[in-house]
Amino acid sequence: MIPNDIAITPELVEAHGLKPDEYERILALIGREPTFTELGIFSAMWNEHCSYKSSKKWLKTLPTTGPRVIQGPGENAGVVDIGDGEVVVFKMESHNHPSYIEPYQGAATGVGGILRDVFTMGARPVAAMNALRFGAPEHPRTKHLVSGVVAGVGGYGNSFGVPTVGGEVEFHARYNGNCLVNAFAAGIARADGIFLSKAEGVGLPVVYLGAKTGRDGVGGATMASAEFDETIEEKRPTVQVGDPFTEKCLLEACLELMATGAVVAIQDMGAAGLTCSAVEMGAKGNLGITLDLDAVPVREERMTAYEMMLSESQERMLMVLKPEKEDEAKAIFRKWGLDFAIVGMTTDTLRFIVNHQGETVADLPIKELGDEAPEYDRPWVESPKREVLAAGTIAEPDDYAAALLTLVGNANGASRRWVYEQYDTLVQGNTLASPGGDAGVIRVGTGGKALAFTVDVTPRYVEADPFEGGKQAIAECWRNLTAVGAEPLAATDNLNFGNPERPEIMGQLVGAIKGIGEACRALDFPIVSGNVSLYNETSGEGILPTPAIGGVGLLPDLSRRAAAAFASEGDVIAVIGGHGTHLGQSAYLRDILGREEGAPPPVDLAAERRRGDFVRELIRAGRVTAVHDISSGGLAVALAEMAMAGAKGARVKVPAPAHAALFGEDQGRYVLTCSAEEAASVLEDALDAGFEIVEIGRVEGSDLTVEDILTISVAKLRETHETWFPHYMAGA
Amino acid sequence: MKSAVVTFPGSNRERDMMHALELVSGRKPEAVWHADTSLPDVDLVVLPGGFSYGDYLRSGAIAARAPVMDAIRAFAARGGLVLGVCNGFQMLTEAGLLPGALMRNAGLTFVCREVLLETASTANRFTAGMRKGETWRCPVAHHDGNYFADAQTIARLEGGDRVAFRYASGTNPNGSVNDIAGITNEAGNVLGMMPHPENYVDAQQASTDGRAFFESICEAFAAA
Amino acid sequence: MKARVTVTLKSGVLDPQGKAIEGGLAALGFAGVDSVRQGKVFDLEISGRSADAARADLAAMCEKLLANTVIENYDIEIL
Repeated sequence: MIPNDIAITPELVEAHGLKPDEYERILALIGREPTFTELGIFSAMWNEHCSYKSSKKWLKTLPTTGPRVIQGPGENAGVVDIGDGEVVVFKMESHNHPSYIEPYQGAATGVGGILRDVFTMGARPVAAMNALRFGAPEHPRTKHLVSGVVAGVGGYGNSFGVPTVGGEVEFHARYNGNCLVNAFAAGIARADGIFLSKAEGVGLPVVYLGAKTGRDGVGGATMASAEFDETIEEKRPTVQVGDPFTEKCLLEACLELMATGAVVAIQDMGAAGLTCSAVEMGAKGNLGITLDLDAVPVREERMTAYEMMLSESQERMLMVLKPEKEDEAKAIFRKWGLDFAIVGMTTDTLRFIVNHQGETVADLPIKELGDEAPEYDRPWVESPKREVLAAGTIAEPDDYAAALLTLVGNANGASRRWVYEQYDTLVQGNTLASPGGDAGVIRVGTGGKALAFTVDVTPRYVEADPFEGGKQAIAECWRNLTAVGAEPLAATDNLNFGNPERPEIMGQLVGAIKGIGEACRALDFPIVSGNVSLYNETSGEGILPTPAIGGVGLLPDLSRRAAAAFASEGDVIAVIGGHGTHLGQSAYLRDILGREEGAPPPVDLAAERRRGDFVRELIRAGRVTAVHDISSGGLAVALAEMAMAGAKGARVKVPAPAHAALFGEDQGRYVLTCSAEEAASVLEDALDAGFEIVEIGRVEGSDLTVEDILTISVAKLRETHETWFPHYMAGA
Repeated sequence: MKSAVVTFPGSNRERDMMHALELVSGRKPEAVWHADTSLPDVDLVVLPGGFSYGDYLRSGAIAARAPVMDAIRAFAARGGLVLGVCNGFQMLTEAGLLPGALMRNAGLTFVCREVLLETASTANRFTAGMRKGETWRCPVAHHDGNYFADAQTIARLEGGDRVAFRYASGTNPNGSVNDIAGITNEAGNVLGMMPHPENYVDAQQASTDGRAFFESICEAFAAA
Repeated sequence: MKARVTVTLKSGVLDPQGKAIEGGLAALGFAGVDSVRQGKVFDLEISGRSADAARADLAAMCEKLLANTVIENYDIEIL
């Protein structure tokens, strides 16, 4: 057991992830040497994960407000008005490093953490998604990670009882040493029933709720902000273990308690548990907090103050309660079999005081702990522009049918059924569109309303051009919500990048945030919550820059929505946004020609918005029978997906060069189908509105035929599409 | 028909079940807590899906020893209808109200997908109003749904026309012996099934095929 | 007094997890593993009873909760 008064050496400071100048700042702030526990508290509060010290300057530039936004970034989750006195509460957060070390528990606790963020605000979680990225399929660790992460996501979410309605799974060698596990959750609450972390009132009890504290994850938040090296395996003991059963009980107990009016403030114990939650509650409310660690429920013997303050044991909460409701609150927690202990008090001193076994182990200025965290304007260089590749300089495939089968059947194009069938997609009984489509849809209440959810980013575009790639991530998210008929409301961003101390990586982060901001402003699609995960590097190689965007859209009338499946024989197929031309950074170029080159497709945000608004109007007017956005793999893959989903073929015609038309990834485009009777007027309206729209063919038969180019039976497409994942996972 | 739904810590489809029961029977089901020692005056008691007590020992094992189970056992002995769905089915086998056990899925992973169910028997009080041999769409969502019993027990179930539902047309998602998806006790008043008919009852869900099952239960009481 | 209860699947009951572990061992190059059956171990600390009385209590615990005797066997050790 390490005593509290050991000498603070430069080595100890470094082991806490604090730079020498940061330590100088601590000395200046408190005017003396910190105790061991205080050093731990500073390291937790000032690491990248909690302080956003490298990204804050740039995050501030993002649009975070809008007519429907009730709560933007800074709380446990964002809150957006969905009418009828209801709000949607949502956020996405990464659990990358823990998942690489112990995939099942890392992913499970990632899901647990994000669900807790949502119900801490007073919302019952109604939907979950996840964005997963793994190394090359042939990398020796990949299969183990896929299997563990998927089981962990499912193991937690299924038991907790929230439907998983969407997500992404991608493979790329640049994630070999750092997988990405980004978990999203959304909940519904009454607009007048939102709970925040800001404590109010002096002398009120600070209450500890939920599971007991162990030594799990001691130093976890520090780990999440450190670059991996070859000693990774030694870091294993700090991984926390999730308990979805306790969390489900915690959810029910919290919602029950909130309904009694007893809760003044509430904060989830996430990264760096007790430290961050207590400091945030006090600092936001301009109050001091005194904690008595002897009262903290523990499940291990001889825990030190340092360990208790930095423990990341899961399924815990901190609340400030109205004293007169204490007994009522206690009864509710006992009923659900959860620990309930008064561990502190709010004060008017603005000090964060921690007492343990008759000793004051920490006494720090509470505001400065958060507000005076270092903030860096890290040097950055703009990513070099890549050449725009003309389609004419890119070879056509020898065999178009074979090329399409590769694109729908390879690691990144194949069906994700093996993954999403391990998630309960139906629990709660409100799922209207489950994974596999453009966006997941769930109904809300009984008034005929629904919400749509999607998570998107195309990392290879961001790598090639961070600004355009950032724009594209927002645009694709907005487009996917539109494609089901939803009005995009707001988004959450999960920015996964490499080491920001390298100017070229910092340049990717800056470029992507600028692109995201520009697209959010152009589309009126504010960012209301988010998370930054940096240092995703192993032995000096960073991941592909991956700013994953989770978006939420509103369907006022759930009967007016669209899906991608071809609906009826004879329906006319049209493409809005014109034929494809852009093959740089396309899936075709990468997977058929083996080249990851060129500039990504540019995003025309004005056109994006006008086309999207038009498509949404068509859906809401009931004038289209199917809608699908065109993304990776271009028109050919979009048509194949529509054919497979509807178990119907199509006959279409495209102009030369056919590889650009079929596989080009030009942005802002949708495939739509409408009945033969409706087709003429839809095309006319589109042309009148100034859109490029082309009729390309009909829903027909049981083959997908591109005249003079290829014919593949839908059965063959489906067989190819469904084979890769189960085959890969079953392989030795 | 008057019904009650029992909630255990870790239950997560109790609301789905209440929704289905209310929709079909027109009456709001009573909520029963696992620590209750008596049941309200009802015709049907449902043990819903979820992960009671985390399913940490074995699925349904701890719930099967909850205080409310004595009342349920007595209710069943008096001829009351007891339905266990998913985790509820696991509880009924653990409690000894139904024979056999639900083991880890043959594929080892949790599985959530739509299957086809065949109504294999109508010789009980739950499915009497359904059509024997008919197949219908129903989702499953479980990790431990692989029904197992020794050969003698299986023979007794099959011989006694006690297999209420089977996975049809090669859709067995978990390796259950004889494609068994649901069974009844000898008296025909306790039914356990893995699939979730309660998630396929209203027009906005993927299918309304689950309605017929709940309607059949209601009819049993309308006729009486 | 410390006691250990081991719960295993009855022979004849299919053990898909054991099969998967068996396959995993083979994949790692461990030859000659003919069969793997997995189970659970419970370590209990018991006070105030004679070994015989504890054994009887443990058997009752197994019958009532720790094991599902439809599919599982149990074994009790007083350590």
